Amino acid sequence: MGEKYEPKILALICTYCTYTAADMAGSMRLQYPPNVRVIKLLCTGKVDVIYLLEAFKAGADVVMVSGCEIGDCHFLEGNLRAKERVAHAKTLLDDLGLGGDRLEMFHIGASDAPKWAEAVKLMTRRAHELGPNPLGRKKPRAAQTNIEELRA
Amino acid sequence: MIVAERKPFDEIAAATSGFRKVLVAACGTCVAVCLTGGEKEAGILAAQLDMAATLGDREQVFSVGCVERQCDREFLEELGPQIAEADAVISMACGAGIQFLAEAYPDTPVLSGVNTTFIGVNEDVGVWTERCRSCRDCVLSITGGVCPIALCPKGMLNGPCGGADQGKCETDRERDCAWSVIYRRLENTGRLANLEEVIEARDHRDLLPGRQVHPAYQRRYSAHE
Ligand code: SF4
Ligand code: SF4
Repeated sequence: MGEKYEPKILALICTYCTYTAADMAGSMRLQYPPNVRVIKLLCTGKVDVIYLLEAFKAGADVVMVSGCEIGDCHFLEGNLRAKERVAHAKTLLDDLGLGGDRLEMFHIGASDAPKWAEAVKLMTRRAHELGPNPLGRKKPRAAQTNIEELRA
Repeated sequence: MIVAERKPFDEIAAATSGFRKVLVAACGTCVAVCLTGGEKEAGILAAQLDMAATLGDREQVFSVGCVERQCDREFLEELGPQIAEADAVISMACGAGIQFLAEAYPDTPVLSGVNTTFIGVNEDVGVWTERCRSCRDCVLSITGGVCPIALCPKGMLNGPCGGADQGKCETDRERDCAWSVIYRRLENTGRLANLEEVIEARDHRDLLPGRQVHPAYQRRYSAHE
């Protein structure tokens, strides 16, 4: 492989809290690693286990899901659902041999920009500790499901 | 509905490891409701198997198919084109559905992805409880709509036993005594007299697993009795 490992971090975050915090982190010029790719969702309650698995299939090194603080969800309990789904997806990742540590749930309030920066730093460190996602490096991809087609 | 649980991942992975193209066949009815074998769960299993195969350097392809019910021939036909492409099918339906699928496509290995557990109800979000043992001689009209076979750990047909205490079962203090529930239900509906009826002991020879006796043999056996 030879080339330097720059982890790819996927963050699925909710528009009301964590995205606002991430936006504020930008305005505050807080420094955090540029490895994170953000997907903004209306609510983390939209996060389905299959999205998390597909993210790893597509080669993400670590995935973070971040919603509002417990009790503060704009949709009341979307973040609680996400928390449970993330916990379940971790066991699925353990089962298949990739390891649940590559996935983590966070709760970051809209005004908590420093917490967002810390969370990204933590996941970047974790990605370095765990090393690259072997699925992203195995080329050509051996297997392909038709789940995308099914969901279309 | 029929309640099932997904088999442990390792067991499924081992069963499918020898096949190159595997179809994960979901069932859109009972097992979809108990979040075990619907289209979504099949998609999750396929994604898991796919990643495990790549990690293990196995050349395998997983696809997902879903029919309304696997216990109905009409619906099974829809899977034909996908099964024709597959080296093996892993069915996520209950045991009955899996067998019917295997029967409909006898040339393709059909594997089971779930452990079928019971006939039950959806009591609360994510909570399913067993309510019927399909005993073939239903006593619900006598017992106030409460099944003593499925709900009493001893399956007492004329209860309660001596262990009932304050409406709870002696095998488990958290558990209602089925016969106390029966009593209250009958009292509520003015049918306490039902309790005077003695339900006769069962001939459990009836309960042999899924026996299907040809009518002609039945006549011959009865001639010897
Ligand atoms: S195959 Fe089993 S799970 Fe599917 S609808 Fe029929 S009884 Fe229910
Ligand atoms: S008595 Fe109980 S086990 Fe038998 S058929 Fe009725 S509900 Fe089912």
